[in-house]
Amino acid sequence: MSAISLAGTAGTAERAQPRRARWYRQPALLAGAVLLAIILFMVIGAPLVTSYNPDTQNLNATLQGISGQHWLGTDQEGRDTFTRLLYGGRTDLQIAFLAVLFPFVLGTILGSLAGYFGGWVDIIIMRLVDIVVAFPFFVLIIALVFVLGPGPRSIYIAITLVGWVSYARIIRGEILVAKRQEYVLAAQSGGLSNLRIMARHLLPNVITQAIIYAMSDIVQDILAIVTLSYLGLGIQPPTPDWGTMISDGQNFLTTHWQLTTIPGIAVIITGLALSLIGDGLADLLRPGQS
Amino acid sequence: MGRMTFVIRRLLLLIPTAVGVTIIAFFLIHLIPGDPAATILGIHATPKRIALLHQQWGLNRPLASQYWLFMDRLVHGNLGQSLYYGVPVWGLITSHLPTTLWLIVYAGVLGVVISVPLAMIAASRKDAVRDHIVRVVPLLGLGMPAFWLALILQSELAVRLQLFPVTGYGSGPLGHLHAMFLPALTVAVALCPVVIRSLRASMLNVLGADYITTARAKGVPGHRLFVRHVLRNAVIPAVTVLGINIGFLVGGTVIVEQVFALPGIGNLMINSIFQRDFPVVQGVALVFGIMVVLVNLLTDVAYASLDPRVRFDR
Amino acid sequence: MSERGVPGQAMLEVDDLRVQIATRRGIVRAVDGVSLEVEAGEAVGLVGESGSGKSMTLRAILGVLPPEATITSGRVVLDGADLVELPRAQLNKIRGPKIAMIFQEPMSALNPVMRVGPQIAEGPQVHLGMNRARAAERAVELMRRVGIPDPERRFRSYPHEFSGGMRQRVMIAIALSCDPELILCDEPTTALDVTIQDQILRLLARLCRESNTSLVFVTHDLPVVAQVCRQLAVMYAGQIVERGTVQDVLTRPCHPYTLGLVRSAPDVDHVRASLVPIPGAPPSLVHPPAGCRFHPRCKFAEEDCTVTDPRLRMIDAHRSTACLHFERCLDELRTEGADR
Repeated sequence: MSAISLAGTAGTAERAQPRRARWYRQPALLAGAVLLAIILFMVIGAPLVTSYNPDTQNLNATLQGISGQHWLGTDQEGRDTFTRLLYGGRTDLQIAFLAVLFPFVLGTILGSLAGYFGGWVDIIIMRLVDIVVAFPFFVLIIALVFVLGPGPRSIYIAITLVGWVSYARIIRGEILVAKRQEYVLAAQSGGLSNLRIMARHLLPNVITQAIIYAMSDIVQDILAIVTLSYLGLGIQPPTPDWGTMISDGQNFLTTHWQLTTIPGIAVIITGLALSLIGDGLADLLRPGQS
Repeated sequence: MGRMTFVIRRLLLLIPTAVGVTIIAFFLIHLIPGDPAATILGIHATPKRIALLHQQWGLNRPLASQYWLFMDRLVHGNLGQSLYYGVPVWGLITSHLPTTLWLIVYAGVLGVVISVPLAMIAASRKDAVRDHIVRVVPLLGLGMPAFWLALILQSELAVRLQLFPVTGYGSGPLGHLHAMFLPALTVAVALCPVVIRSLRASMLNVLGADYITTARAKGVPGHRLFVRHVLRNAVIPAVTVLGINIGFLVGGTVIVEQVFALPGIGNLMINSIFQRDFPVVQGVALVFGIMVVLVNLLTDVAYASLDPRVRFDR
Repeated sequence: MSERGVPGQAMLEVDDLRVQIATRRGIVRAVDGVSLEVEAGEAVGLVGESGSGKSMTLRAILGVLPPEATITSGRVVLDGADLVELPRAQLNKIRGPKIAMIFQEPMSALNPVMRVGPQIAEGPQVHLGMNRARAAERAVELMRRVGIPDPERRFRSYPHEFSGGMRQRVMIAIALSCDPELILCDEPTTALDVTIQDQILRLLARLCRESNTSLVFVTHDLPVVAQVCRQLAVMYAGQIVERGTVQDVLTRPCHPYTLGLVRSAPDVDHVRASLVPIPGAPPSLVHPPAGCRFHPRCKFAEEDCTVTDPRLRMIDAHRSTACLHFERCLDELRTEGADR
């Protein structure tokens, strides 16, 4: 190597950005967060926004179009569509946001064990992952919900049993890399127990990827819930929910398209908000890797 | 080593996974709360019928012995008897499988036809307007329920404009292509977000690579550069991503078959769920699992074929 | 040996070339007014440290700059035509038959999924209108010329199956494939073993002599440039600060930067008292220092060095320098010589 290798490149040095800096400068993250905030406000604050009750039937005013009284019209049983949209959002989003936690926790634990200890633990857990992953997501969810009986409880169980694998893989991958870092070696030579090392040293550093993934996972869960309800296997009537709305409205697609179209658009917009947040977070925490 | 040995080795490695798949399919029945036989028969339950099912499935025996019975039957191609139709499950599945396979391949082709040009447009000028437009597509597509899109396409293009048959499979190869266009398009659109994203990313990666600069410095003209140098390298990681997501491709067909009333195994499964025909549900789930395992093998082979650095001696 | 260019008239003339790169920290003036002439059959060296703009200069000549970089002004005249103004289609026709380029990292510079033979044959296919078979023959010929053993079999090998030195030979074969008048070399031996370096350099020098091909050879390694080139230009912070024959510039540097380079290079033939690194760091190219860009690190700097941005000027028949006080370098050398 020649001796004329003086100091680095002139001019184009780009320092790595400090982690939490300037989150508000990320357009995707900001747009997604704002959108999600709007959605959540409307959904949680439904009683403030609309005065109707989602279950109140008014058989004199069925299948009405958009009007001043009913912003999005009414469905075949005279229920106000806009109201059902908001309350349906409540149901679906509540379940989706909660449902994402269990696979997250389960997957993180199993993934950490697999990554940190390696050996047989790793082999067994990864085999399990391979097996679960072999089934198409929906197929397994549908089969499980069928077997367990319809309703929210089955949805939680099914999503947990199927959804943990992605988190396990992600966390395991991150831990495999992270456990070679110096601070882990330092902790080990300091005599800290494995559990402590995993929980307090490794986990905080590797959890970010899982959180980013969780955003897209929530979207998937919403889709799963809505699909199950459409099939009649998920949320049971009369609880309002976007999937049943789409199913109810499908016979009237050519005449009253808004009954089926609008709930679908609601799902898409919610998905958009969450995806933007996920992307924004990914850009923020790993600059230059969009 | 050679391609054949590679495939065989991979197949052997897949056996534990395949066995695991059968175990899960087997276990589905035991997740049913209470007496599975009674629950499944539902209103048709009579003590005689329950006893019959118990005997058929060996529910009185220890678990391991039940599994052995299950596997023994499986190896002989016996997936049980449909409770609803009274015919062997295997026969039902084989008659419905071709439709689903058609749909998967059709959707895959359409997906590629849509994704590749879009990814190319986006990657050709990063961060320009066209790039942002293309990147919005996956954001919307990821959150789109497939059945909803199916309903809308069906309503607009089939019912209203009558460009396509509303439901069904059509007859003859051309009839199939015509009738299955909307379902295949729906599944393809569901697949596009993931493929566009990964293709765009890998294309950007490749475009920045040194060997592309070399090719430009050689004076290789645009189209040749794109196909022989960019695309040829960019598809490799995209194939992996596609393989990982094949589960979604296949899963998406289930609900789409339902909406368009296509006689495929997905539709069979859902109808069987409503008919409480458990053996069929179990059989289809198993077939799906094995299918995905095989597709993963295919993906591995394709990947090794495309990337000479990997090759078959691993 | 083919007739190249008009004797006495420069085959390639770079005139006041400027390249800017858009970065997050501002506009980087990577190449700031570089002028160069290359005659037919001549080997010109371009030395400087990382970031001095030498690679960018080469890329700008061929028009293969990265997307963030643009040529803002200047001309690159090859056989009468200004390459900067040329539309892409025309430029593609020049790349290969007229100018070729060799890159630093042969592993990443070769398409990993394409066999080596077709990569060499691609140029003749595209530019010389050869069909596959004829181009393949030529590729095998070229592989033999650059010293790749068993070329007929190795034609079908992939890049990752070659060693570093062999891959660089492949790159040379690609560069020669359409018989160019000029080959641009961007640190072709930097990534190689010292022993292999020597082989490759000799190969390059011989091939260019045989076909009277011109070379522009970029490197940060002084001994290397001394081995291959006759003319030398020294670059610093995007500008050429000194020009002359290799011999002359290295033995009688007329710019403090060159002086520093020469002193910090280990010289196998003469044991120096000590290696003297150049103090300080290269300047920011977003906001370069006022006046002479080297002045913050220069021990001879004076008042006027901070005011005017000095340009190259001739101090002799074939010598030019951008230093306002170049005599100080020569004085320094004399005292150093007296001390030995």
